Amino acid sequence: MDQTTRLFSPSRPGVDLLIRGAHVLDPRAELDEPRDILIRGGHIAELAPADSIGADGRLEVVEAEGRHLFPGFVDPHVHLRTPGQEYKENIDTGTAAAAAGGYCAVVAMPNTNPTVDSAAVLGSLIELARREARIPVGFLASVTRGLNGGELTEMAELRDLGAIGFTDDGKPVVSAGMLRKALQYQRLCGGIVALHEEDPELSQDGVMHEGAVSARLGLAGIPSLSESNMIARDSALALYEDARVHFQHLSAAESVAALAAAKEAGAHVSGEASPHHLALTDDLVRTLDSRFKMNPPLRAESDRQALIEGLRSGVIDCVATDHAPHALHEKEVPFEQAPMGVTGLETAFPALYTELVMSGELELATIVERMTAGAALYGLPTPRIAAGEPANLCLIDLEARFVVGEDGYVSRSANCAFHGRTLYGRVLLTLAAGAVAYRRPVLVRGEDDRAQAAIGADASEASR
Amino acid sequence: MTNRMPRHLISIDDLDRSGIERVLDRAESFAEVSGREIKKVPALRGRTVVNLFYEASTRTSSSFELAAKRLSADVVNIRSAGSSVDKGESLKDTVQTLSAYDPAAIVIRSPYAGAAQLVAGWTEAAVVNAGDGKHEHPTQALLDVFTLRRRFGSLDRLNIWIVGDVSHSRVARSDILAFTRMGADVTVCGPPTLIPREIEALGCRATATLEHIDEADVIYVLRMQHERMHQSFVPTLREYAARYQINHQRLRPEQLVMHPGPVNRGVELSAATIDSPQALIGAQVKAGVAVRMAVLYELLVGSPVLAAVA
Repeated sequence: MDQTTRLFSPSRPGVDLLIRGAHVLDPRAELDEPRDILIRGGHIAELAPADSIGADGRLEVVEAEGRHLFPGFVDPHVHLRTPGQEYKENIDTGTAAAAAGGYCAVVAMPNTNPTVDSAAVLGSLIELARREARIPVGFLASVTRGLNGGELTEMAELRDLGAIGFTDDGKPVVSAGMLRKALQYQRLCGGIVALHEEDPELSQDGVMHEGAVSARLGLAGIPSLSESNMIARDSALALYEDARVHFQHLSAAESVAALAAAKEAGAHVSGEASPHHLALTDDLVRTLDSRFKMNPPLRAESDRQALIEGLRSGVIDCVATDHAPHALHEKEVPFEQAPMGVTGLETAFPALYTELVMSGELELATIVERMTAGAALYGLPTPRIAAGEPANLCLIDLEARFVVGEDGYVSRSANCAFHGRTLYGRVLLTLAAGAVAYRRPVLVRGEDDRAQAAIGADASEASR
Repeated sequence: MTNRMPRHLISIDDLDRSGIERVLDRAESFAEVSGREIKKVPALRGRTVVNLFYEASTRTSSSFELAAKRLSADVVNIRSAGSSVDKGESLKDTVQTLSAYDPAAIVIRSPYAGAAQLVAGWTEAAVVNAGDGKHEHPTQALLDVFTLRRRFGSLDRLNIWIVGDVSHSRVARSDILAFTRMGADVTVCGPPTLIPREIEALGCRATATLEHIDEADVIYVLRMQHERMHQSFVPTLREYAARYQINHQRLRPEQLVMHPGPVNRGVELSAATIDSPQALIGAQVKAGVAVRMAVLYELLVGSPVLAAVA
């Protein structure tokens, strides 16, 4: 099966568009300068020095001087809540939120109701994605049936049907013996095995990071080694079975060290970190606001620094949002009762840009590279800005400032850990698989004048 | 005094030292009322206090009820058993329903940290935290400080040991904050399984043995719940008692003993110690009503009363 065919969306006509004068940054293409980009039929037809391509009368032109154009982001870890919890999110709203965050592809997790553990469920999801996805979506199926940790799914059949790989995300595969069988079976069917690492015996009924803040609040803590112990265990299994394993949402300094050691030992492993773990700490839980409750939890500043260093050095391979929508009534309860999870697709880039790039901790190019690196890890095509490539692009105004949530969210849910924060970096336009997936709506407000100008002639069309 | 009372009492952190002193000074005057034959003042006449208890409670709920009644408030008591809470109503819906009665104050006890703070966001009433999970129990800490202040005049440089299950104790957390704010030196002591990592961040010292208990002026003993044994926090209550029970073999005659109640006789405290003059347990219970009257008074008096009906 061709890897591009493991991503699903309606087939849309390719767009014709000239994006003029944007600062184009694609670290893999060694592009970091103003360029004109001509898109014909959904493919990049021409890349030329700024202001060198003239517009003919029929072509839509986006005047983008002063804005930045990046390859579209790829998120290997989102929860679209479909089937079963469409009141939190569905394929339409979840992929619309992704497009609004500059993403051109996302990978959905299988912990739905029912679980994506059979050809029937996966098949119906693929059909749904082909009808309503705003950007291409891929799916992981579960490692074990119903996430029960006890019986393997029909991994080969699920792969044949289009599963990118397998995960019991939301839960660890507790039994080392069960995971070992899945890794052995991977030799037959391929597909990445992605792991949510947590030792339930150490996590117990924990609801936040174990440390000074949990001591103050009287909340049960989740120690860091609940995660790092399991990463060490499963890295050893991956090495022994020569398997391909990806560790999801690293949160602790000890986990970064365990991943580095596994790579050093030659294990075929990779890891991701989320914007909330990279930008926020458990100090915020002092508010007892359930917007700061997720699993793994926000940890200490020393953990955050280790994650940033891991992302910089490449020990952590990519950024993943773990976008996990929950309805207001589910989150509007005392902290211990609230479900784990925060949304993140719409704020991933602005959060990382504001909190890590503007603060001088990471280079902009590093963020862009890590926000697109998930594709290759999952065997999907990496978005590139080069002539002949399909148009997977996002146009961002780094100087545009906004208050998160002020204008609501594109996602069906509002449980965003960055809610109320002032961030920089507005997504103005997203192209996914050659089609316009998102265009920032023009609002009647002074600060959006720049955005309006950027979107140019087409703004009036969008508002019709 | 110029310092302003907060609108709610959720945490000891809502009060600085002068705020605590102001409540305690007010409590002194209400303690005098409690000594009268007619134990009632008209301060809250015509106003409503709702006691919303999601956990079993004897002394806290009865003392809040008495405190409100002695201030002449109308009191509504709601317990989770037998109420709409039992039928699955959310905390938010319950609070909004009760708020329709326009209460002046809602007193809430919940098994979950942060419940009182959430309630404060959903109602116009003043909210008093009567215990939220293992987080805080600020009125207990105030009555403990009141009891100690009466005995010692001041808590400055007083050496207080808090002994037992600190992990699961909201009383311990509020007491550490209140005692240190009033100038005391606080040490927490208990089995390492029941002392949270990094508890020192609250401003106390931590130790696993009673070796230096003789340095304490006051020993504040926490309740040891039987269920902790089943969760293997301690192997047996027998072993716990052997290591941590406060009794007359371990006490110097000048040391005083406190306990938030209810006591497990023969576990954390010996029966003889409970009944000895060194124990301040009865004084704590008595202080509870006066201190809670003071909290309600300070939060409510001065907020607008419906003038039209008068």
